Amino acid sequence: MQTLIPLIPFLPLIGFAVNGLFGGRMPKSVSGWIGSGSVLLSFLLSVMAFMEVSATHAPIRSEVYPFMSVGSLHIGFGFLVDALSAWMMLIVTGIGFLIHVYSMGYMHDDDGFSRFFAYLNLFIFSMLLLVMGDNFLMLFFGWEGVGLCSYLLIGFWYTNRDYNLAANKAFIMNRIGDLGLLLGMFLIFHTFGSLQYETVFKHLAENPVETGVITSICLLLFIGAIGKSAQIPLYTWLPDAMAGPTPVSALIHAATMVTAGIYLVARCNGLFSLSHEALQVVAVVGMATSVLAALIGLRQNDIKKVLAYSTVSQLGLMFVALGMGAYASAMFHVTTHAFFKALLFLGAGSVIHAMGGEQDIRNMGGLRKHLPVTFWVFLAGTLAISGVPVLSGFFSKDEILAHTFDHGGPIWWALASFSSLLTAVYMGRLLFLTFYGSFRGTHEQAHHLHESPATMTIPLIILAILSIAGGLLNLPHFMHLEPSQWLAHWLAGSDANGQAVVPMTEVHILPSTEWMLMGVASVVAIVALAYTYMVYTKPQNVPAPDEQLSGWGKILAGKFYVDELYDTLFVRPTEAFSKTLHYYVDVWAIDGVVEGVGKGFQTLGATFRRLQNGNIEYYLIGMVAGGIGLLLTYFL
Amino acid sequence: MLPIVQSVPIDYFVYLCTALFAIGVFGVLIRRNAIVVLMCVELMLNAVNLLLAAFSTYLSDAQGQIMVFFIMVVAAAEAAVGLGILVMIYRNTKSTDISLLDNLKW
Amino acid sequence: MTLTIFLVLGVISLVTALMMVLARNPVHSVLYLILTFFVIAALYILLNAQFLAVVHLIVYAGAIMVLFLFVLMLLNLNKDTEPQKSAAWLWSAAATAGMLLVVLTGALRGGIQLAAGNPPNPQVGLVENLGKVLFTDFVVPFEIAGILFLAAMVGAVLVGKRDLNL
Repeated sequence: MQTLIPLIPFLPLIGFAVNGLFGGRMPKSVSGWIGSGSVLLSFLLSVMAFMEVSATHAPIRSEVYPFMSVGSLHIGFGFLVDALSAWMMLIVTGIGFLIHVYSMGYMHDDDGFSRFFAYLNLFIFSMLLLVMGDNFLMLFFGWEGVGLCSYLLIGFWYTNRDYNLAANKAFIMNRIGDLGLLLGMFLIFHTFGSLQYETVFKHLAENPVETGVITSICLLLFIGAIGKSAQIPLYTWLPDAMAGPTPVSALIHAATMVTAGIYLVARCNGLFSLSHEALQVVAVVGMATSVLAALIGLRQNDIKKVLAYSTVSQLGLMFVALGMGAYASAMFHVTTHAFFKALLFLGAGSVIHAMGGEQDIRNMGGLRKHLPVTFWVFLAGTLAISGVPVLSGFFSKDEILAHTFDHGGPIWWALASFSSLLTAVYMGRLLFLTFYGSFRGTHEQAHHLHESPATMTIPLIILAILSIAGGLLNLPHFMHLEPSQWLAHWLAGSDANGQAVVPMTEVHILPSTEWMLMGVASVVAIVALAYTYMVYTKPQNVPAPDEQLSGWGKILAGKFYVDELYDTLFVRPTEAFSKTLHYYVDVWAIDGVVEGVGKGFQTLGATFRRLQNGNIEYYLIGMVAGGIGLLLTYFL
Repeated sequence: MLPIVQSVPIDYFVYLCTALFAIGVFGVLIRRNAIVVLMCVELMLNAVNLLLAAFSTYLSDAQGQIMVFFIMVVAAAEAAVGLGILVMIYRNTKSTDISLLDNLKW
Repeated sequence: MTLTIFLVLGVISLVTALMMVLARNPVHSVLYLILTFFVIAALYILLNAQFLAVVHLIVYAGAIMVLFLFVLMLLNLNKDTEPQKSAAWLWSAAATAGMLLVVLTGALRGGIQLAAGNPPNPQVGLVENLGKVLFTDFVVPFEIAGILFLAAMVGAVLVGKRDLNL
């Protein structure tokens, strides 16, 4: 198995090469199956790796190539498949495969079909490098690689300038975060002398390190996570990233890339656990983001934008879990979120496909008659994300709420619950406005409405089943059901040093309190859904066109004007500075010097040219003067 | 020893010849008539001749006077050819003014 | 006595040279130059360079100056045809020449030490001695001078031709 490990990322890379080089000459079905097939093979290999890690209770290590050896810095191109990375591999390749299959149907009419699959495969490759790497530099390679693929895929329809700008925005904001990650890596190397996970964590366990250094490292790494996982202040790229095709939004901006930040913190839980301040910061940022994004999502009218803000909000909730020290709970929520958010996005894609490209929910309505399969799966996803009991989202969200109550106190719990309430409200709003009521679109759209082909609906159904049943992965203890806390136990498997990769954190509250919290959350979710059902199925409550908004509605629809704030604070000054630099340094100084040299020589030439004026007497005086000069130099 | 060698120090000859040479230079620079310019050149050559002859006498070396001999040869040849050129210029420009010969410029 | 003669001759030569440079009429310049040559010939005799004095008179005063006069007559340049020079030009030319004078004399000041090489021989300058040296040590330059004359003659004839179809 060890020798097969490198194949897992390299198969998608080969798919990228084939599709990239020869895709234009192949028929679309071949191109699509090459792309999907490579990911399927990676998934099967990941399952095999998972079984082996499960059997041997030890991580698999695979060193491919000694990459760099400078001074005391030795970095290899190597893979580490332990409990955490094996689980992430399953998610990435599994959901990746489903989305590849879905794309074969969704992108069927697009000219850039093979290019799309090439980019998707490249993304899978980079994401696998990120989660499988055995040192921080491999993580960084993957980190940058997924950023690049995000850029390529957001701007996939590159002829549209707005999409290109959105792609730029995503990449640039990611880069800001990456600076933090790089600085964190430098500090890690400076403190521990190595970038290998095993070496760092072993060193950490044996030698105490100064808390200030640990806090700095954690905060710097968290800055990287903020950029990649769209937290405050670097979240505005994610809603704009909806410019890319819907499968991209599902794969990258819901299930995998944005969870890279969570993965990073979970991987470094050993560092974070030692710094109380860093965990505080993580929790605060996560909570603020969760509430803010949920509030904005309440008044968005584009299907994908609602889901985008929902993603930001859910990611915030995951960071709250990490901040409370509940690393396993955060990973559980990553898993269930991947299921139902990918489902919701793909379902939205199905709707958009049926509506012929329309994305504004004010122009939809009553679609459940026309798109039954899409409706049922979307309903499943909505119930899951709202935390309706028995579905997967219920269990994962509840675990997080329990941890906030335990470690943070009632106020934290109340805020998290408020965020969950808002989640249920905006998701209900989305569901009912889209699928209930009467159709509000145009006549041609009504004619065009049809259910999506099987290549799109089958992945939807699979994801719906996972969203419903996913809660079984990590049932809480107090319910006394088996298997309980399976995922948490799995993640606590040992690494090379015999320690838990992601340690389990127990909740120290009475079972009765737990039942009560669970009950409150369920009631809140159901009431919210019922409320939205009653409100939004009535035609007069359909959201007004943009010009008629006022007050809070306007502010929320305007996303709290954060983009405009960033524009004034950062973009305009940078542009002005750039213009100033251009004028002074480039035009005035550098061009001035270069042209000045030329002009100087011209002037010099013009001056010396006047010496040769044809005047004989002038020449004669020159001769005598020269002769005198020679004499002087000779005699003096 | 010759009386001149006894009574006149060589420095006087140097000063005299240098003065004659300087007057020749002055003439070359100041006059516009080509013929007069050529004559001033002859004057310069003669100043040099005189000095060479003086040194030859004072050092009792014949080489100085041989040198004078050859300088005279060259001066004569140069005067002949120079005047020939001057006549040709006169035929072309109808004047001996050297300031009219200004075509060799940028 | 010799010193006085030398001084007088020197002054006369300087004066005539100056008059030559400053004379308006070119014919006057020629005449003044002839006078200067005569004075220089006298100086040669004072130096006991007899051969040189005679050759000087024959060649310069007798041939070259006559040539100059011929050309003057040919071009009919008796009259004053020269425009005035600007004062600035006069002064700058004078300054340049003056500087030359100053530099040369200044360089040679400090007393000239004559090297004591040959035994003092007052007979240097007589035809015999010159002839001996010329035709033994310097015979090659002598022959080359002959060729030079030949070339100059051919050149002068060619340059002076009116019709270029030879």
